[in-house]
Amino acid sequence: MLADKDRIFTNLYGFQPWNLKSAQARGDWDNTKDLMKRGQDAIIEEIKASGLRGRGGAGFPTGLKWSFMPKEPRADRPSFLVINADESEPGSCKDREIIRHDPHKLIEGALIAGFAMRARAAYIYIRGEFIREAETLFAAVQEAYDAGLLGKNAAKSGYDFDVFVHRGAGAYICGEETAMIESLEGKKGQPRLKPPFPAGAGLYGCPTTVNNVESIAVVPTILRRGAPWFASFGRENNKGTKLFQISGHVERPCVVEEEMGITFRELIDKHCGGIRGGWDNLLAVIPGGSSVPLVPAAEIMDAPMDFDGLKAVGSGLGTAAAIVMDKSTDVVQAISRISYFYKHESCGQCTPCREGTGWMWRVMERLRTGDADISEIDTLFDVTKQVEGHTICALGDAAAWPIQGLIKHFRPEIERRIRENGGALEAAE
Amino acid sequence: MADAPNIPDEIETRARWGAFAWTAENAAKAKAVIARYPAGRQRSAVMPLLDLAQRQVGAETQTQGWLPVPVIEYVAAALDMPFIRAYEVATFYTMYNLVPVGRYHVQVCGTTPCLLRGSDDVMAACKNRGMVKGKTTPDGLFTLTEVECMGTCTNAPMVQINDDNYEDLDYDSTVRILDALAAGEQPKAGTQLANRHTSEPDGGPTTLKEMVKANHDYRKEW
Repeated sequence: MLADKDRIFTNLYGFQPWNLKSAQARGDWDNTKDLMKRGQDAIIEEIKASGLRGRGGAGFPTGLKWSFMPKEPRADRPSFLVINADESEPGSCKDREIIRHDPHKLIEGALIAGFAMRARAAYIYIRGEFIREAETLFAAVQEAYDAGLLGKNAAKSGYDFDVFVHRGAGAYICGEETAMIESLEGKKGQPRLKPPFPAGAGLYGCPTTVNNVESIAVVPTILRRGAPWFASFGRENNKGTKLFQISGHVERPCVVEEEMGITFRELIDKHCGGIRGGWDNLLAVIPGGSSVPLVPAAEIMDAPMDFDGLKAVGSGLGTAAAIVMDKSTDVVQAISRISYFYKHESCGQCTPCREGTGWMWRVMERLRTGDADISEIDTLFDVTKQVEGHTICALGDAAAWPIQGLIKHFRPEIERRIRENGGALEAAE
Repeated sequence: MADAPNIPDEIETRARWGAFAWTAENAAKAKAVIARYPAGRQRSAVMPLLDLAQRQVGAETQTQGWLPVPVIEYVAAALDMPFIRAYEVATFYTMYNLVPVGRYHVQVCGTTPCLLRGSDDVMAACKNRGMVKGKTTPDGLFTLTEVECMGTCTNAPMVQINDDNYEDLDYDSTVRILDALAAGEQPKAGTQLANRHTSEPDGGPTTLKEMVKANHDYRKEW
């Protein structure tokens, strides 16, 4: 188990105040100026060497992403850092804990990351429903300004940098980076076609990097302790520590920081008091937030919880939000409810997603009750394949994968329902 | 769009809200919001200003607030943008109420992580108080909405009522919260479990135990 001294988010549970004074006593904003003195390229190299991969779901190497930003931004075309705090993926609830309990880690990280990528300002886009969390974040940013840590000559580094907070208003799609940029510009949050990529033309047409809250908030600690320290955790290509969120049928759901690659069994036994009703009662797990396919009990139990470990069992790490389902779960209903979520959240821009998510949900509801024909399972699978990969953003894929996972692993259960409902007779005719 | 609300833009709405203008306090807030964005990019402020306007309407009507069409027009004019651009923002995001709501907007999360932990019981507690999904109770006290994932999954099931979350609910604690609100009291927000602080395991954290009592500085152990 990861030692407490190696945890980055020491006030994760908010037992202590979030304010600047308490955060400084825990080590935040400690000589930030010296970290910045190392220079922009040195910071980017350090983050590359640490092996940090984006914590928002896609897992793109963070240092590499920063290096795409222009080295000499023009005065009329400044660069921006946008921090994605639009945490809405079902199962995910880690950024919320950072924002309401350790906001200064995020704000200090914003300054350092913004400096490294030569940005003029950072916008933190926080989801609208995080109302109290946004109040904390606004107050923490104000504290940093009042203490001279942001603004002109931020933290006495000689670099001018602003951090602004922007509240969303309830749209899952704004977690997609180009939709977030559209929303920041005061429009509907509908994703843009790429290219151009945000690093070329993002917010207000200027070079922009969008990073997840956790990716930014870990940066100051990585620089203080060094890339080798961070890279000493986890397996090759899956380095570092990570906030895991375990919800559903465990004895004690929680958010916890652990080493990447910890096995699912260890994670649950150490921190969650085990599966409700014991390990034999485990049915399946959605290991990375609702967008990734579920994994049946036997395959997940001893799987390492990291990018490659979960890819090997046909799923993904996503945001490391494990939704645990025991044998009392109506698994078809659980996935159907996710299908409803995507139907609700489709922005309506691309036809396959706008029409497909509703269609898939309606068929899922009929499979749930068994009011269907066996052949419709294949039709549904076929339709998910027509949605997947045929939309501007990945919401279409995210809507398709949970259903594909369900059909792949629980087809006998779906067929049983249809048979018991009399559907098999029709099929036989 | 099938469940889109019928957006009121009648003579009565215009008569009631046609003269909408910021209060002095909100005018100052609006100015501060616009200053967050680069010059000429004031349109970026449309979302925070719509929220501010909804809150002002809420304060005037003793509800969570909503956005009558004349109010959206006012915000659009304040930002020098066409009405339709502000209107399409107001209709795109779910947190803008396009029809009047009650004193308390009870938003029950029904997405899978909450579903697995018993959001049906929370919904039942609301329905047994006479609430109907998508409707306001006749006394104007409660509006019930089933919402999608609110990002508090390790504290499921949950409900957000106006600005506060109530987490780790069951049928009885939901009833207690609704009773308290109806009686004009302010129930304790956050987790409803006796031995839980926030998102640590119920009964006490398995990690970072020093932090419970004191602001421990782990740097000495690096």
